[in-house]
Amino acid sequence: MTEQQRGKLKIFMGYAAGVGKTYKMLEEAQALKASGADIVIGYFEPHARKETIAKTEGLEVIPRKRVQYRDSFFEEMNTEAILARRPHVAVVDEFPHTNVPGSEHSKRWEDVEVLLTAGIDVLTTMNVQHLESLNDQVWQISGVRVRETIPDWVVQRADEVVMVDLTPRALLNRLQRGVVYEREKAERALQNFFREQTLVALRELALRQAAHEVEHRMADEERRLASSEDTLALPRKHHKILALITANPKTAMVIRRAKRVSDFLGAECFAVVVQPTGDLSGLTASERETIERHLNFARNLHIETRILEGDDVAATLVDFGRRNEVTQIFLTRPSRKAWSPALSRDPAQKVIDLAKDMLIVIVSDREPIAR
Amino acid sequence: MAAEIRRKTPEEYLRECEAEERAAAAACKGHLKIFLGYASGVGKSFRMLDEARRRRERGQDVVVGAMQPQVPAEVEPLLRNLEVIPLKAAGEGTAIDVDALIRRHPSVCIIDGLAYNNPPGLRNPTRWQDVQDLLEAGIQVIASINIQYVAELREQVEAIAGKHVDQTVPLSFIQSADEIEIVDAPAEEPMGRSPDEQVQIQKRQEQLSKLRELALVVTADIVDHQLSDYLERHGLKQHFGAHERILVCVTPRANIQEMMEIAQVVAQRFHGELIVAYVKQANISPADQSALDVRLAIANASGVHVEILEGADPADTLLQFARSRGITQLFVGHSQRTGLARLKGSPLDKLIWEGHGMDVCVFPQ
Repeated sequence: MTEQQRGKLKIFMGYAAGVGKTYKMLEEAQALKASGADIVIGYFEPHARKETIAKTEGLEVIPRKRVQYRDSFFEEMNTEAILARRPHVAVVDEFPHTNVPGSEHSKRWEDVEVLLTAGIDVLTTMNVQHLESLNDQVWQISGVRVRETIPDWVVQRADEVVMVDLTPRALLNRLQRGVVYEREKAERALQNFFREQTLVALRELALRQAAHEVEHRMADEERRLASSEDTLALPRKHHKILALITANPKTAMVIRRAKRVSDFLGAECFAVVVQPTGDLSGLTASERETIERHLNFARNLHIETRILEGDDVAATLVDFGRRNEVTQIFLTRPSRKAWSPALSRDPAQKVIDLAKDMLIVIVSDREPIAR
Repeated sequence: MAAEIRRKTPEEYLRECEAEERAAAAACKGHLKIFLGYASGVGKSFRMLDEARRRRERGQDVVVGAMQPQVPAEVEPLLRNLEVIPLKAAGEGTAIDVDALIRRHPSVCIIDGLAYNNPPGLRNPTRWQDVQDLLEAGIQVIASINIQYVAELREQVEAIAGKHVDQTVPLSFIQSADEIEIVDAPAEEPMGRSPDEQVQIQKRQEQLSKLRELALVVTADIVDHQLSDYLERHGLKQHFGAHERILVCVTPRANIQEMMEIAQVVAQRFHGELIVAYVKQANISPADQSALDVRLAIANASGVHVEILEGADPADTLLQFARSRGITQLFVGHSQRTGLARLKGSPLDKLIWEGHGMDVCVFPQ
């Protein structure tokens, strides 16, 4: 069997509901259809927005699939039906959506992955706050812990990321006119997520992310050209980042931050657990479960993980770092109580003392702004 | 970070007053909205006229004061439904008809293309100054511009695209807009047939991508200013971390070379801001002073402004400064800790304990 050429993925990225992502995507879908492309709507969320619904006119819609969960029925994208229909392009709204339990894939982006593998191009939409590595910053800005996240590598693999921009003022006007949500829901939204300063900050985040996505694709292209011409790559100090995984719940913040910094620096990223036995057998069930969850989380972000054997966490970590030419170690912030020099159970202090040749990054708690 | 309730400093009062004055002056002036793009053909005219259409449908009095000489096909139907006040001829060239527009006094005026020099002999040498007159007259303006035509970015754009432009608009005018919106689209060019054409197209693609990145970053910076403005106007003392801000702390034994090197790379990759500071110490030995001077000279040589801070407790002083500037990454050197000092906790320990909201990056010495 010959390998199927992978479909192209284009993401329309915004910073809030109502900025016009779906509208812009459908506009492009209409333009593609007019130029003769075989295009279908795989999933579309109308939100009762009149102008957006009008943009679907004349586009073929693949009916959704009804899925039963407990006593209710839900509608999800019918991936099999799209595959069977085999269009050139599929329009799939709301990339970060979580499918109802019992679906073949738990996330819509995994369904999209199936379409891309089958050679179907996909147009999709998402807000910047759904990017995994920004989860803590978004929490800090908005006070909202976004649950539906997309690993950064999924977005990085997209062929194009386009910023769909609208000023917060225009967005708030839309909301007040009831274009985005019906009135009652709009009033609630205005009090929560849709505060002007939150929107301005999220918009800034989206613009910077979009700029990074452009740069990332340019750097990829440069590397591709450089390797094809067999020239030396640009001399650049190479960074290697190591994150320590523990049962501390703040480990997730360390993993996200380590990944984000390594992506921006073009560095490799590892995450390790240190245990006397070299596996997780010596832990209580709840500790083991937490650490396993952190390990899985790191792997889902495409971070290489390992369990190291050692009695002394700090010494083992630093030794591993040295042998692997690590330049930066990322740790959780110790609490003041744990910071007793003699009795400290938190390895941060000892790591700082031992690794005088490495950069040690104590990752901050990015807590939401009190209101 | 919590929104702190505390006494304001005189500087903060002053800034707030200034912000209020600006807001008051803006109230009787027309509202300016700018669509920013990175190249022609990304769809600015369409977006602008589509907004004009929607506003008209909502009952606003909209006229077109200037359009590009060549209008894309999808724009024509939009334009047909709008009232146009034609450009007026003056000598060799044309300019927007400011007098006619002020006489007509619509609520909103569309100006497609801000960066034009007017022919000599008119009330203003440039079109953006004409727009200023419209705003003064209380007319709202929606205008478009390409990033290439921003005066302060001219050198950068020339380096990227090798193209010299001489009709520009000052960045301060763009920053003065009440709203700015970016019109983004991927840099797409048709596939060429011959290998030569391919190379040309790839070059052009790269140029466009760089311009696109520049446009996104410039817009993000403007949005960042708007955010600080908003927070100031509302007396909110908080920071968000949407923009990476790095603070490098200089101490007598800091490995400043490496810190600055990494700080500059991080700032560049994150399109972040870089600040250098040191806390003045009273009882500093001559040896430490000269070590400090060497390091400050290195920091200065990199062109980054060095802030000199004063305060009884070095860690507290740094943290307070870092908070006021919305720092997200604090770069410090390893401290030399010994026996007793360590039990009490060094300044570094304090930074680590209390540096909420910022990563503390401890550098080898």
